[in-house]
Amino acid sequence: MSAAIATPEGQAARVWKRFRRHRLALAGALVVALLLASALFAPLLAPQDPTLLDTALRFRAPFTDWRFPLGTDELGRDTLSRLLHGGRVSLTVGLVAMVTTVMTGALIGIAAGYLGGIADTLLMRFVDTMLCFPQVFLLLVVAAFVPPTLLSISLVIGLTSWMEVSRIVRAEILHLKEQDFVAAARALGASRSRIMLRELLPNAAAPILVAATLKVASAVLMESYISYLGYGVQPPLASWGNMLTNAQGYFDTVPWLAILPGAAITLTVMGFNFLGDGLRDALDPRLRMDP
Amino acid sequence: MADALLKVTGLEVHFPIRSPFLRRRTGTVRAVDGVNLEVARGETLALVGESGCGKTTTGKAILRLIDPTGGSIRFRGEEIAHHTPRQLAPFRRRMQIVFQDPYASLNPRMTVGGILAAPFEIHRIGDAKDRPGRVAALLRTVGLPPEAARRYPHEFSGGQRQRIGIARALALQPDLVIGDEPVSALDVSIQAQIINLMRRLQAELGLAYIMISHNLAVVSHVADRVAVMYLGRVVETAPREALFFDARHPYTQALLSAVPEPVPGGRRTRRVPQGDVPSPAHPPLGCHFHPRCPHAMPVCSQEAPASRIVSPGHAVACHLVPA
Repeated sequence: MSAAIATPEGQAARVWKRFRRHRLALAGALVVALLLASALFAPLLAPQDPTLLDTALRFRAPFTDWRFPLGTDELGRDTLSRLLHGGRVSLTVGLVAMVTTVMTGALIGIAAGYLGGIADTLLMRFVDTMLCFPQVFLLLVVAAFVPPTLLSISLVIGLTSWMEVSRIVRAEILHLKEQDFVAAARALGASRSRIMLRELLPNAAAPILVAATLKVASAVLMESYISYLGYGVQPPLASWGNMLTNAQGYFDTVPWLAILPGAAITLTVMGFNFLGDGLRDALDPRLRMDP
Repeated sequence: MADALLKVTGLEVHFPIRSPFLRRRTGTVRAVDGVNLEVARGETLALVGESGCGKTTTGKAILRLIDPTGGSIRFRGEEIAHHTPRQLAPFRRRMQIVFQDPYASLNPRMTVGGILAAPFEIHRIGDAKDRPGRVAALLRTVGLPPEAARRYPHEFSGGQRQRIGIARALALQPDLVIGDEPVSALDVSIQAQIINLMRRLQAELGLAYIMISHNLAVVSHVADRVAVMYLGRVVETAPREALFFDARHPYTQALLSAVPEPVPGGRRTRRVPQGDVPSPAHPPLGCHFHPRCPHAMPVCSQEAPASRIVSPGHAVACHLVPA
């Protein structure tokens, strides 16, 4: 094979080269990596039990006591430990919701795009209908009927935010399905499910990956939102959202109780968003910049 | 033809033109408008014509990649024009296609091994253990090394990719392969290699080809018989020699006169038809070619000419030829 133009490794290297030029994406990737590591090792890293109460040690300020590096809350619980364990909860919800979102959105998008006709019309009108309702409204309605557990919260967030993904995937499939390799598969007698899952889905991987990254950010945000409103993760289990709820009564006197979980949410959302933007630039050849 | 492998009669593919508002049908594109073709076992039929004359649509309709709106497709004696996908499954093994663009016809996310194993997976031939051997055998057949199976399509040149496309078409040992301009996207130096490969495989495997082409020079090398299409209809069908030396239809004559001469200052005078090809959404009445025909008569604009037999195997649809 003398005519090798580029190897798959070469392709990966080109993607990496484009990604590396994106400073914010690199920073985002670093933040995401640190967050994932801290969530994974939270039980080892946390200096205290995050649910241990000690009313004698309420409202310690950060950096004043080596046992409570980021201070304590209104019940004397260690803020750093709660942030670490809360991050675990938030990222778990974010990732499970993202998987739900991407699987639902990709399947509906592929089916609508490839099958076309009446199936496409019905599925896309369903998407339009879902988009008519604000996501928070949907979330709160469902949350009122479903007991809040980590899994149910993740699934509910995932099942109310797949619509954009299905639109992105459908657009990609509409373009892909006209290509000759799909006609070749049909001429060989491939089933529709084989064409959708084996031929088309891998070719839509790049936009799906980008959407998945961005969806983690929005799911983390959504989890904090509904936990803040009291329908999400229930005390005493810590999440960044319910830490904010608890902090709101003391916002004027003990502001760090709100600032710290708020900063954690902001950092996470920004990290995933920058990572997603960088991946989009690196993977989408239509946005390719000259090296 | 007693031993017809494929017999196409009155094939029509009409596409609706829909208004953007409410999708109402406002017209019809008659891409294929009553095509008759026959292909015998082991022969090569060339289907030639200008861009947009419906030759690719005809090929795709025969393969049932596009649903015909009318007419009959008999393959090995069985009518398949209205078969469901399930009924078509056994015919998929017998009829295959090689595409024009070797870049778009191979899935960029699959290895060549995966692409060539797909026909066996779809038709449940053999098991996972013997597929690498089958893939290697296919690669050998088209002159590629077995290591090619591990690589991705973008690692190959256009000619090599077209060999992979041919290998895929041959995987199920078909009787008929439709080549949709299989060499027109390749460098001239590579074209001959691919043509020779296809001819060798035809001799070894007893394949019949339908070669869709706009290039009469290529056709003159490979075809046993030639069918000339104009605006959705076949205007002349003839054995190769008869077509090149005794063309009867004015459109065929014009096409032949447009072939570049190998010797500069050759004898033939060019007879280029006046004007453009009319839109297949509004084809002229009568003979589709009459607005551009130098010999048009009053009857040509009123009545579509029926096919007349000039000599055995040579049929022309033109009022100039006595019925």
